[in-house]
Amino acid sequence: MMKVLRFAAQAVVYAGFAVLVGYFSASPPYQLIAPGEAQIKLSLAYGGKPAGGCRDRTAEELAALPPNMRKAQICSRERLPLTVEFELDGDIVYRDVLPPSGVRNDGPSRMYEKFIVNAGDYEIALRMRSTDRDAGWDFETRRHVSVGPGDNLAIDFDPVAGGFVFPRLGKGG
Amino acid sequence: MTAIQSVLRIPFMWLEGWFDWAFGPRWNPMYYLGGLGFFYFWIVAVSGLYVYAFFDTGLTEAYDSVESLTHGQWYLGGVMRSLHRYASDALVVMMVLHMVREFAFDHYRGARFFSWITGVPMLWLVIAAGITGYWLVWDELAQYVAIVSSEWLDWLPIFGEPIARNFMHQGSLDDRFFTLLIFLHIAVPLILLLVMWIHLQRISYAKWKPARGLSIGTMLMMLALSFAYPAVSHGPANLDRVPQQLDLDWYYLFAYPLVDNWGAGTVWALVFAGTLALMLVPWLPPRKARPVAVVDLDNCNGCGRCASDCPFGAITMVPRTDGQPFEGQAKVDPDVCVSCGICVGACPTAMPFRLFSDLVPGIDLPELTALQLRDRIHDVTKNLEGNARILIVGCKHGIQSGKLTGSGRAAVDLPCAGMLPPPYIDYVLSKGLADGVAVVGCRAGECQYRLGQEWSEDRFERRRDPHLRNRVPRERLLRVWRAPVEWRRALADIEAFQANLKTLDAPRTSAPPKRRKERQS
Repeated sequence: MMKVLRFAAQAVVYAGFAVLVGYFSASPPYQLIAPGEAQIKLSLAYGGKPAGGCRDRTAEELAALPPNMRKAQICSRERLPLTVEFELDGDIVYRDVLPPSGVRNDGPSRMYEKFIVNAGDYEIALRMRSTDRDAGWDFETRRHVSVGPGDNLAIDFDPVAGGFVFPRLGKGG
Repeated sequence: MTAIQSVLRIPFMWLEGWFDWAFGPRWNPMYYLGGLGFFYFWIVAVSGLYVYAFFDTGLTEAYDSVESLTHGQWYLGGVMRSLHRYASDALVVMMVLHMVREFAFDHYRGARFFSWITGVPMLWLVIAAGITGYWLVWDELAQYVAIVSSEWLDWLPIFGEPIARNFMHQGSLDDRFFTLLIFLHIAVPLILLLVMWIHLQRISYAKWKPARGLSIGTMLMMLALSFAYPAVSHGPANLDRVPQQLDLDWYYLFAYPLVDNWGAGTVWALVFAGTLALMLVPWLPPRKARPVAVVDLDNCNGCGRCASDCPFGAITMVPRTDGQPFEGQAKVDPDVCVSCGICVGACPTAMPFRLFSDLVPGIDLPELTALQLRDRIHDVTKNLEGNARILIVGCKHGIQSGKLTGSGRAAVDLPCAGMLPPPYIDYVLSKGLADGVAVVGCRAGECQYRLGQEWSEDRFERRRDPHLRNRVPRERLLRVWRAPVEWRRALADIEAFQANLKTLDAPRTSAPPKRRKERQS
């Protein structure tokens, strides 16, 4: 009788452990976004203009260089920070000055942000200043977008394509 | 720290006592937490090899191949996948329990710091291996894990391009990603295996595999869980969508919601602070250094029993240096010795009957020498009266002997019950110092020094040298292996033993020997 009881107790321990392992292996569920919400993801990696500008090398400077390194202009390595602005239905939801990366500040500026929004239609405006101008923007994009529940709308920056791009939606304005 | 340990020890002792009844000490899972962790690791490895054979690397192929395995051959592939997941989860449970238990029972300081600090990176290696595994399935959960992992890593200023940009939208990822992940998912467990091997380097007779019965029971449990509740995937990953709700594996992904809600920087701070704290715990505060075992070459005959019995490999046999005609001599590594005295219990020269030389064994513990032990036994037993006098040989880490002494009962405490050389029992009884000896130590799996109880039992049962002599009347020896919380039951055991002694005929005794100096004077 005692032996049976002991085996029963072992079974209870094994079963309890199995329940513990099995339950937390996939429970309780984790809610990422509420029903009816969507996500806009804005990210870019782009280098601003050189901070110190460029100048032409003198003939003496060029002559002092090996032939394969005689580049006509000499430019500062340091780059300007980027100013980026993201407007959603007239509200500025993101604005930041992004410093260049790298120990010599000569790498691209980078950013990556996620915005949880309600599903629906939005007027989006994206602006970037990559030069030392005091006013105005070097790149500006406006677009009407529609995001459904659970959508992820990615916005990237591609200077070849003319500025901010919406990969899922195709060419943007 | 001691207060925290005392509180933590109570549930362990309670559970282990109950499991001793249900499983028996040999199959008690609480005594094999590390070994069970190893066992789960091997289940993960074998099931992983099977799953890998059917896994395709590719953006759509990865998900499809896992789905095919899960549903197409549910009876084998699906079970293997489930075993892979559940054994991984159980491995985390075992690791955490093992760590907490070693902390609670103070098995992590002093010379034992090595096993502790080599265990800490294993925690993160196991978690890293699990996370890379979840990426591979490339379902919605994998997508979430990939994105949050990238965002988490991107917080560190070591990557040029943010990794998370690879998961911006459905077109931003290519098949090579899975090749990298497969490499990581295999490489990390291999590194883990290496660290596990290092982890055991200062442990002799490591219980790296559970008892057979426990292994069978565990395997059956895993199979039952895998059949009853098979592991399945979420929907396929789609980077243009955000999953609303996910069934997280909380054993591996517990930090991910924290990254979501508190930010990557905060979670990194917690990880670094937690890891640093764990690494420093053995010195918070450091264990008070106790004098380690010392070898006396004049009495060491190089038999090697001390080296064989040392639970931590602190003793090695080296070539003889004093010209005596023995092959080797014992050498103690002071950085590894925990001063348990188990080596003294193993030494055949720890012989209290010596008449013609001082009682100095080949290896001795300065804190309580073999000679001091004999003297103390004489001291505590000299005032015992009656025909059921009991000498209790206790363990400083077990039941407080003060709770067990009383009328006709006196006690001496050792650092570990395994320090008692069996001839001392013979000595006490044959010299009439007591009518019975009760050796009171920790439960089988709770010995502070791992093997004290096991070696004592083996010596008493004549399975391990030095044997308890046959002439010792076994009815006058009581072994009580109980946890400190069971001191009332231990007291009851001893009282029953004492009552039984009264019914026995008086033992044949001889006069106590005179010490060498006494003989000369």
